[in-house]
Formats: sequence, structure tokens, C-alpha cells
Amino acid sequence: MRVFKLKRENFLPFLKGLEKFGELWGPVKKGENYVYAKEDPEKFELKALRTIIPAKKFFIPKNSTILKFKNGEWKEHYEVRKRVIFGLHPCELNGLNIYHRFYTRLYPDPYYLKARENTLIVGLSCMPDDKCFCFATKTSTVDEGFDLFLTDLEDKFLLWIGSPKGEDAIRTLSEFLEEVSQKDIDDYIAWRKRRDRAFKLDIDLEGMPEIVTFSYDSPIWEKMGDACLSCGTCTMVCPTCTCFDIDDEYDIRQDEMNRQRFWYSCVFREYSMVAGGHNFREAKSERLKLWYTHKLVGFMSEYGSPACVGCGRCIASCPVGINVLSVVKALRKEKTDAFWKRVEVKNA
Amino acid sequence: MLEEKTGIENPYVPERARIVRKYDLTRDVRFFQVRICDSEKVFPMTSDYRPGQFMMISIPNVGEAPFSITSTPSRPGLFEFCIRKVGKLTSKLFELKENEFIWLRGPFGNGFPVDKMLGKDLLFVAGGLGAAPLRSLLLYALDNRDLFGRIFYLHGARTPEDMLFREEFFRLKERDDFECYLTVDEDPSGVWPFDIGVVTNLFKYVKVNGKNTAAVVCGPPVMYKFVVEEFLKIGIPDDHIFMTLERKMKCGMGKCGQCVVGHKYVCVDGPVFTLWDVKNIKGLI
Repeated sequence: MRVFKLKRENFLPFLKGLEKFGELWGPVKKGENYVYAKEDPEKFELKALRTIIPAKKFFIPKNSTILKFKNGEWKEHYEVRKRVIFGLHPCELNGLNIYHRFYTRLYPDPYYLKARENTLIVGLSCMPDDKCFCFATKTSTVDEGFDLFLTDLEDKFLLWIGSPKGEDAIRTLSEFLEEVSQKDIDDYIAWRKRRDRAFKLDIDLEGMPEIVTFSYDSPIWEKMGDACLSCGTCTMVCPTCTCFDIDDEYDIRQDEMNRQRFWYSCVFREYSMVAGGHNFREAKSERLKLWYTHKLVGFMSEYGSPACVGCGRCIASCPVGINVLSVVKALRKEKTDAFWKRVEVKNA
Repeated sequence: MLEEKTGIENPYVPERARIVRKYDLTRDVRFFQVRICDSEKVFPMTSDYRPGQFMMISIPNVGEAPFSITSTPSRPGLFEFCIRKVGKLTSKLFELKENEFIWLRGPFGNGFPVDKMLGKDLLFVAGGLGAAPLRSLLLYALDNRDLFGRIFYLHGARTPEDMLFREEFFRLKERDDFECYLTVDEDPSGVWPFDIGVVTNLFKYVKVNGKNTAAVVCGPPVMYKFVVEEFLKIGIPDDHIFMTLERKMKCGMGKCGQCVVGHKYVCVDGPVFTLWDVKNIKGLI
């Protein structure tokens, strides 16, 4: 992979130069959290960790019209926007790579492919906080799935070129780029060490598929089900959650019908309910078990690694403390507080 | 660098089809024959699928749902469906008349592994609406009769009025190249000329070579356990016992996730599973 140096003072002009490709999106502050937004790059937060919603929203939007029906004919419907998305960390990129494999296997999804084609992905390095555990999930580095990647070394950046699209995008920006010196390499190595030592959270996924299999009838699921609110937040914020629903909506002004696809969640009660009212997963515990077995076992057999990239979004978002960390701990029969305490309080 | 894919056909766009014939099989189950409107697609679509596959039927503004194909690819030209009025989409389907349109996507799913069944004895057990996907395989086997060994077809319904394809099976019973047994749980009107009782009672007629038999079962969930016990008694191996399952599906292509069980997507890894799969994937039935 080709690497260049980008001086700090050239960072903003460089980023603005990418605007030739399309709208510039990046992480900005919203309340106490971060979101990806179309903004002036001066407002982008270089220290931002985990936006509320991951970058999957750019490829399969929360809600989109996929087909239109008018005058007896179905027509494909695409909303194509040329976009540069800046600030994706390795966990996010690893999540997108799972997304990519998922949406391009079997029946490749034309909407995903179109969005991907029209997006320039610019990754960014990060320093972990107390909710990051990508080191444990082996997703703290990434070697594909981005067009450009910037490693932030304080006074400078290293720019990695990940694709021909990335190469094209920087063709007219070579004035900002310099060759990498031995000093830069040393700085990078020092940064890598510092970063790898900065992880505060560890999670032991060793042997996880088997442990989940052994725990199929464990009372843990019941306890978790008691605590779960079925709100679906975990699935919305998870970078590897892909489930969706499809519904038809009539647009009275245009006299046309929109077939819409929107994010859906396996923890919703209606998820496994078929016509006639039979529900294959009536209990909340059953639905949570599906979520965790799919993440920790299903993906393992399909792709060789669990579908958790250690971004920490479920830790930050679940209102009752059900997250990959607490579930894995509980399955390992370690002490977990969050939902245990809650269940005890409820039953007291 | 990630692999790129371009120039693919959009698998979400449905194909227009005309209802050419419809009639009621029972009080709440209707038979539909439909023909793809695009004449160039009629033959390729209706001849190139496997028994046991399903299609997504949609009506604009109402929605889309999966239905197993009850016709056989050995008789191309039309698709046949056997549909029970049970929800929003099916209620709308029941309002449609001949020469009105529906939209189809598919066929989807793995279907029955017909190649693995060649040369084997076949044992079908259908209960209620389970006859719909099994009819596809049965007709396929009868249309290619010399490719299979002995064929037994056992079919149970609640009452004579609830038996799907009643007249068709009465006629098939007269054939001497395969064995067809019909039973009803109860016969309030007292006109039923055949067995009365649950479908497992019909196993007394079955004479197959267990080790060289492919068994196929489809019916209400409660039926599986008892039927499978009978299969095992005959000595049919786990991976030769096939069952076809039902789940909620929105895409049919292993994407929407609503049919997931364990790590299997019923729409692409199924809907046909073996007893071995069922034993190993918790929650399949």
C-alpha cells in the first residue's frame, strides 16, 4: 500500500480538496455524542469516537424507497449522492467490511453497490476510550475497505491509499503530500505502541461459539429477557446489524406507491411473527438469544470471525446494560452487574 | 481491496403475472394458476426451478410474502399456488379475479435435493396445507417415474372438506405405479371411503427399503415429531428425512434476516432442511 505524509497545516485544504468527489461528511458533535453530518470540515471532530449511528446508514439508509409503482409498472428507485465520508475508525471499517461481504454475497444488493460506488471512504486513526475493545476483537487495524486512511500523528498525518478510487481522488492534491521519512516511520511505530497500550477494556472471545452452544438452555437468557426493553437500540447502533423490513406506502400526491425498506430489529416482538399470529420467538429471551447467537456463533461459521468489531456502541447505548461485554461475561459465568442488579431490584 | 460487483439485475423488481384460473380447494384455501406476462420469460421461469422452492408474491400497496410453488417444473407454462386466507396479503389475493395481475419474484430457496433422491424409494407425508409444496415434488416424481423407486404418498386432513386436491388425489389413487393413501382425523358427514385417523396410522401400508428411501414431510408443527418417529422406525437415515419449513420473509435472498434461525437463513439455506439440520440447529421446528 502506498503511504504519504500530510502535514498538519495541509490537512484542511487536503480534505476540502476531496470535495471534488462529492459532499463532505464527517463526525461532528451533537449534544454529548457525535454524528456523521454534512458540514464544513473545520467542524469535524478528529478525536470523535463512535458516532451514535454507524456509517452503515450511508449504504443502506434507515429508510429508503427501493421501488416505485405507477401506471401498472414497477420502477427501480435510487437516491444517488456522491459523498466523501471522513473519519471512519478501524472498527467502523471492519464493520463495513462485514456489511460488504453480506450485501454482495448470494444476491448482490444493487442499492448497496450503487451507494458504495458513489462513496469515497476516508478512514481515520483513533485513541480508545473506556468503551473501546476492538483490540480484543482483532479489529483495531484494517487493511481493506477504505479508499484513503489517515493516521493522526499529532503534527502530521500518514495517508494510506487503499483503492484506485482513492488514488484518483488525490491525483490533483499531490501538492499537499510528501514522501514518508524514517522519522515518520519511527513516530508511527511509537504511536502504534501507545495506541495498543491505551485499551482499558478487554473481552475474552476465545471459544465463544462453543460456549454459546453450551449455554443454549442457560437461565442467563431469561434474566436478560426480563431486563430487556425490546427497544431495538442495540440493533440500530450495531455496525454489523443488517436486518430490514419492507413495506408499501401510497403517496397520494404523486398517485404512486413506494416500496420502502427500513431498518428492523430482531428484538422487536413482531420480528418472527407470521400471518395468522404465530410467533416463533414470543419471549424476549428467545429474541436476545437469536441476536447473540447470530453475532457470536452464526457469523463465526459463515465468515470465520464473530460479527463484533468492538466499537462499544452497545455498551454506550443499551439503557439496561445488555451488551456484548456483559453477555459474554455472563456466559463465562463471570459476575456481571447491569442487568443482574436490575432483575434483582425488580423481583425484590 | 474489496471485490467490486457491477451490472447486476435488481432482484427486488417483481415480474408481472396474470391469474389465469382460480378455484377453492377448501373453505379457506384457494388454488391459483398464474402465467408470467412477459412471454419470453414464461418458459425459462416455469421450467427451471426445483420442487420445494417458493416465490415472493406481491400486490402493490398491500405487500409481499413467500408462498411455496405447488406446480412442478416438469409441466412448465404456469405457476400454481395453493393459498390459505390468513392475513392482509392473502385476503387481498382472494379478492382478485381471473385476468387480474399479481407480481412475482423468485423462485427462491434450496428446494428438495432431487438429484440426491434419484433411484431411491420416496415416502411423502403431508398434513393439511403441507400438501402444497409436496404436490410439486410428487408430480415431478410421477412425471419422471422411472428415475425413482417405489413411491408412497400419505396425506392427512382434519375432515374430508379440509383435504386439499381431494379430487386430484382420488384419481391418482387409481394409478398402479405408486401408492397413495388418504386419511381424515374425523368424518362428521360419514361419507369418507378411506382411512380415518391421524396420518401416522397410514404407515402400516408403507413398504420401503429404509436405507434407500428419501422421506419428505410437511404439515402443521405438531405433526413432525410423530411422523419423524415413524421414519426412524423404518430405518431412514437423518439426512434422508426432509422437511420444509415456514418463516416470515421479506426479501427471500438471505438479507432481511427475518427468517434467521441460529445461523441459517431459512430463505436461502432452506426452506428444505434434513432431520440432521433440525437436530443441530436449535429452534428450526
